[in-house]
Amino acid sequence: MADTANSDAFVEFERVQKSYDGENLVVKDLNLSMPKGEFLTMLGPSGSGKTTCLMMLAGFETATHGEIKLDGRPINNIPPHKRGIGMVFQNYALFPHMTVAENLSFPLEVRKIGKSDREAKVKRALDMVQMGSFGGRRPAQLSGGQQQRIALARALVFEPELVLMDEPLGALDKQLREHMQFEITNLAHQLGITVVYVTHDQTEALTMSDRVAVFDDGRIQQLAPPDELYESPENSFVAQFIGENNTLEGTIKEIGEDVCLVQLDDGELIDAKPVNVSKVGDRTTISIRPERVEVDTAKLGDKAHTLKAEVMEFIYMGDVFRTRLKVAGKDNFIIKTRNSADQRRLQPGEQIEIGWLPRDCRALDAV
Amino acid sequence: MSVTTDTGPVLSADGKPLKRSLNKALRAQKLRALALIAPLLIFVLVTFIAPIADMLFRSVENQIVSNTMPRTTAELAEWDSDTSELPGDNVFEALYTDIFLAAEAKKHTRLGSRLNYEQPGVSSMFRSTGRNVDEIGEDQIKALEDLNGAWEDETFWFTLMTGGDGAEGNPSLLKQQAASLSNLTESVYPADIGFVPGQAISDLLPQTASAYTSFALFSAVDNGDVVAEEEPWAAVKLALIQDLRSGVDLSSYSGPGAAELAEAQDLATSLPPVDFKAGFIDIDEEWADAENWTTIKMYSPDFTSGYFLNAVDYQKTPDGFAPRPEDEQIYNTLFQRTLFMSLMIMGSCILLGYPIAYLLANLPMRTANLLMILVLLPFWTSLLVRTSAWKVMLQQQGVINDTLVWLGLIDEAGRLVMINNQFGTIVAMTHILLPFMILPMYSVMSTIPQTYVRAAKSLGATNWTAFWRVYFPQSVPGIGAGSILVFILAIGYYITPEIVGGTTGTFISNRIAYHISSSLNWGLAAALGSILLVAVLVLYWAYDKIVGIDNVKLG
Repeated sequence: MADTANSDAFVEFERVQKSYDGENLVVKDLNLSMPKGEFLTMLGPSGSGKTTCLMMLAGFETATHGEIKLDGRPINNIPPHKRGIGMVFQNYALFPHMTVAENLSFPLEVRKIGKSDREAKVKRALDMVQMGSFGGRRPAQLSGGQQQRIALARALVFEPELVLMDEPLGALDKQLREHMQFEITNLAHQLGITVVYVTHDQTEALTMSDRVAVFDDGRIQQLAPPDELYESPENSFVAQFIGENNTLEGTIKEIGEDVCLVQLDDGELIDAKPVNVSKVGDRTTISIRPERVEVDTAKLGDKAHTLKAEVMEFIYMGDVFRTRLKVAGKDNFIIKTRNSADQRRLQPGEQIEIGWLPRDCRALDAV
Repeated sequence: MSVTTDTGPVLSADGKPLKRSLNKALRAQKLRALALIAPLLIFVLVTFIAPIADMLFRSVENQIVSNTMPRTTAELAEWDSDTSELPGDNVFEALYTDIFLAAEAKKHTRLGSRLNYEQPGVSSMFRSTGRNVDEIGEDQIKALEDLNGAWEDETFWFTLMTGGDGAEGNPSLLKQQAASLSNLTESVYPADIGFVPGQAISDLLPQTASAYTSFALFSAVDNGDVVAEEEPWAAVKLALIQDLRSGVDLSSYSGPGAAELAEAQDLATSLPPVDFKAGFIDIDEEWADAENWTTIKMYSPDFTSGYFLNAVDYQKTPDGFAPRPEDEQIYNTLFQRTLFMSLMIMGSCILLGYPIAYLLANLPMRTANLLMILVLLPFWTSLLVRTSAWKVMLQQQGVINDTLVWLGLIDEAGRLVMINNQFGTIVAMTHILLPFMILPMYSVMSTIPQTYVRAAKSLGATNWTAFWRVYFPQSVPGIGAGSILVFILAIGYYITPEIVGGTTGTFISNRIAYHISSSLNWGLAAALGSILLVAVLVLYWAYDKIVGIDNVKLG
């Protein structure tokens, strides 16, 4: 799915910068290009500039520098109401003094669409989100999930090609959120619309998107499909931000094409895959996903490196066991093992040996 | 764990006991809440609600006529005012007794002022009558006194009226007279005043006994004298002459002064009857005017609609009510003007306040706070100072006119009249009441998130459409709250129209104040106030019906 999108860009950010106070850049040199029909998520901690990017695209903020293009046209100077971009807001922003049907009809009215046409479109949009019988209600009479659907229907009713969503599921409880994630992605693919979705919830980003742009400090740290992002993070921030991650610190001793030798701070030597380290002597952060750590070292074969570890804590989580170990002097090393029939439950205080394949162990920039 | 032992059985009944215990728990909460508001509630009830209710009650209260002239009003009930003939001698005789007592108690002028509101000229009629009422029948009294010196002797009178030591008393007469007299004098009469009328003499000479008892009460309590040491009023002596002339049979009477009474009866029957009617007309010929009597009769009931009729430019006539003469109609105009000007002030406050409130609600906090201080600044200045400042600004030799003349926009002769008229009042009051419009608007607008307008724009609405279709409807509750506040404040405003209103820019409240403090016609003031109160309540009700009071938010 990742690289199948068409090559001609539908949404484009070219060297975009944004500053509110003339002193600090909130968005630093943003370059992004999205093909038509893609579901792209902007993910990042708060203050990382992702919402600002969305607002610039919607037209509520102006770029301090650079150009934003929609379907090949620069849109920097086009006011928001002429951009024809649908938008779903964080708190839905349903107009409280209008009924659901009036809310949906609003974008059609301002486009001077005839009454019968309007009614048909409103009905279709309501049916699309399975809210057909709620047209006469006021937003305040609906539950959070229902409001969310209406907000979605309103952003889609005038058939925009691009829809922006600003943390639309933030206010829902976990179960409803998961359900809505599924519905939104389905709808987006079904209608073939292009979606830019902003969230700070990484699970949401991973499950919904074609590609995820991880934002930090006003820059895109990595732009990749979810699997690539999780398995091949390009820097320490992404590795830490996406999923659970174990880090070990050390120095590069040898560096090759596919493998490098890292001396950990307690003197142990291990093999790792060099990602963004350049030369011998550099400080590096080793990143290993908890589920890639093997307790049964015999399974790994002779290429794998093994380390001694002490079990600190065993946590039973149902489908998996989460065990905290002390490795190379650090006592926050987490491993995850599947709750399979033959899996032994480790006891605190036990001395064990752990290991992993060198390709699962990535040498990243030092934090 | 099972349910605790004591709730187990009670719950099993049918759930009712549960309710009872819930009520018990809630009662404590309610009592606590009541205790918290009690000080304010009592304060408001005692110092505000009760006086206002009392004041409004004055708009229908009219006991002054029947309290001051109880006998006359009773006799007048028989009189038909349509005949345009004067009432009979019995009425004038009752009037003599009433006026005499009222004049002694110095209450006749009060009644005169009251009736003067309804019939100009009555006031002076009562004043001169009170002064000269003892001229009536004075030659007959003189004849009585010449007949026997005992009739000028206070001890003789006292003995005669008590019936001597050990005689049977008539305390019920004393009680009855005390009740009637306290209506007039508003004094409290104790049961023991050192005098009780004798039963025998009050049966024999009822009028005299009543008159003497009133005299005794008044002397003992209001003047603080000893009854036995005071010579009775001329009215008592005249009552005696009237009693004797009516042909009482003295033969069976053997009490004190029997001989003097028999002697006096001979004199009384030989004299011509006292002509009370002529006597009153002699004192003031206004008494010969049947219209004055019509007025007295019309206002003799304890409650009257007269004040309210007056307050809407109507008056009472013998056949119901009719509009006042056109040159006396002012209140309808004043009410209409008050309403119109309050609406104008409200409207201009909305127009001027809305943009400010919008700005306040949408500016960054720091700037908004500064602006808010500017909005609140007028609150820190005395109302009088602000109003006077407008006087300085707007008067013909004032700042604005001077500037316009200096700029050459108007010439010296064409200076604008901007004060002491409606324009001045509207300008000054708009300025004064503006914060009351801005604050509720601001507090409502600050709860409207920016995202609504953004959402509207993202859906394709222009700035204006987004404002008008999305922002404005949500700010209407603020406008409603501000409007009610400003309108109700404006409709009862007093100081500013008083200072800058001149004659054409005054409100109904100025007229109410005039009646309270200058003309002292509190009944009319109360009626005008009641109408104003009802008008505000009706408008409030209408507002609730049209806009819905739930739509009024103060934040």
